Amino acid sequence: MKYAYFPGCSAESTARDLYLSTMTVARALGIEFIEPEGWSCCGATMAHQVDHDLSVSLAAANLLKVKDMGLEMVVSCASCYSRMKIANHEISTNPKTREIVSAALGKDYDGSVKVRHFVEIVLEDIGLAAFKKALTHSLQGLKVASYYGCLLVRPPEITGFDDPENPVYMDRLINAMGGAGLDWPHKVECCGGSLTLTRSDLVVKLSEPIIAMAKDSGAQCIAVACPMCQINLDMRQDDILKTTGHRYNMPIIYITQLMGLCLGMSEQALGLDKLIISPQETMNFIRS
Amino acid sequence: MPIRIKKEAVKRGISDRVKEISGIDINACLQCKKCTNGCPVSGFTSSSPSEIIKKLQLGAGEELLASEIIWTCVSCATCFSRCPMEIDMAGVMDALRVMAAETGAAKPDGNMPLMNKILLGTIKAFGRTYDLGAMALYKAGTSSYTKDMGKVPLILKKGKIALLPSQGADKKMVKQIFNNLEKARKK
Repeated sequence: MKYAYFPGCSAESTARDLYLSTMTVARALGIEFIEPEGWSCCGATMAHQVDHDLSVSLAAANLLKVKDMGLEMVVSCASCYSRMKIANHEISTNPKTREIVSAALGKDYDGSVKVRHFVEIVLEDIGLAAFKKALTHSLQGLKVASYYGCLLVRPPEITGFDDPENPVYMDRLINAMGGAGLDWPHKVECCGGSLTLTRSDLVVKLSEPIIAMAKDSGAQCIAVACPMCQINLDMRQDDILKTTGHRYNMPIIYITQLMGLCLGMSEQALGLDKLIISPQETMNFIRS
Repeated sequence: MPIRIKKEAVKRGISDRVKEISGIDINACLQCKKCTNGCPVSGFTSSSPSEIIKKLQLGAGEELLASEIIWTCVSCATCFSRCPMEIDMAGVMDALRVMAAETGAAKPDGNMPLMNKILLGTIKAFGRTYDLGAMALYKAGTSSYTKDMGKVPLILKKGKIALLPSQGADKKMVKQIFNNLEKARKK
């Protein structure tokens, strides 16, 4: 199985752990990833707030590279996923946008490259049966709240990821690994996303109810697939403690890190040392 | 709560310009308020998505661009996903941000326009975002050095932020995109 893999800017910075764990898991599952040469920023998260045509063009530059490779594009960052899908949608439904973007790129792009999230290819292309077969370790009943956030599921007409109000893709993976994917109400709430530096007060207000609800639902950790959700929920627990006095100590772990642990991969290969809230208690559940 | 607007002198509100920028027609709105009920930030800000739409429908002018929600909106698209008339409210907010920045009406709490400008600047220079550089410039631009500064050594130590900008991008292509769009706009 061969795909063009788009790492996204965060892969080299704030989501190095997501990148490392995605690559490690892909290798273990026999998935071949080729990075488009010279890939550039997809326009997330700010370009669409400033200049619509620029945001679509920045994403399209990468989609065009992948089109030339003749492959599907796989992304692990929810924000890149969203921007790529929106760019394809805008270009294929609005001839004027296609014209403007093609002029900016110096080459016509038709919006046809298929964009998929890593979780989707594991479930849909590898399949749960083959995934289970590859597992060497188990989560031993670990209770996990899968948190999907905004960008994977909304707007549903454009992203087409699972169910927009009650997605279960990550839960299916958790259950396959011997864990317990929890049915809980805050799966698709917003953590405050891109306000992380400009309005951290709001991020604290939006993130706390998510962590609190996961805890009240019995979760021992929260699984995520978005770099912004990860950093907000992980890094802001300290600010939640300072402003409200509530201590959660809830590990916020990428779904790919949990997958890697169950595939027998090392903590270092999965970037688990980069998490701010220690995942040690979660890792104690892993049994071979 | 009554919704009040100021009629502009030209008697033509800004909803046409919103449509021009975003392609979105807000006239289909039924005021069912599903957007506002699902909005994660409407409880923390002085307006709501349905109120913004109603004001646009009534012919609100540029004074609307000073609304705080334009910058507290997190683009989560819950509004759009739940709208029975399929109005892309997140797209409307994007258009209002563009207009607010154009007219200088943007004076949000937490300087998002500055953050956007800085991050786009790093993309133009390196082809990829440079978080640490952007953070430093934002802190310098807003004189907010002390806020969150305790986090920097921690994330640097954990390797959760890159020290230097990435050098791997096709910078020529990215520069070409910025330049071509700028040229096309000047025409």
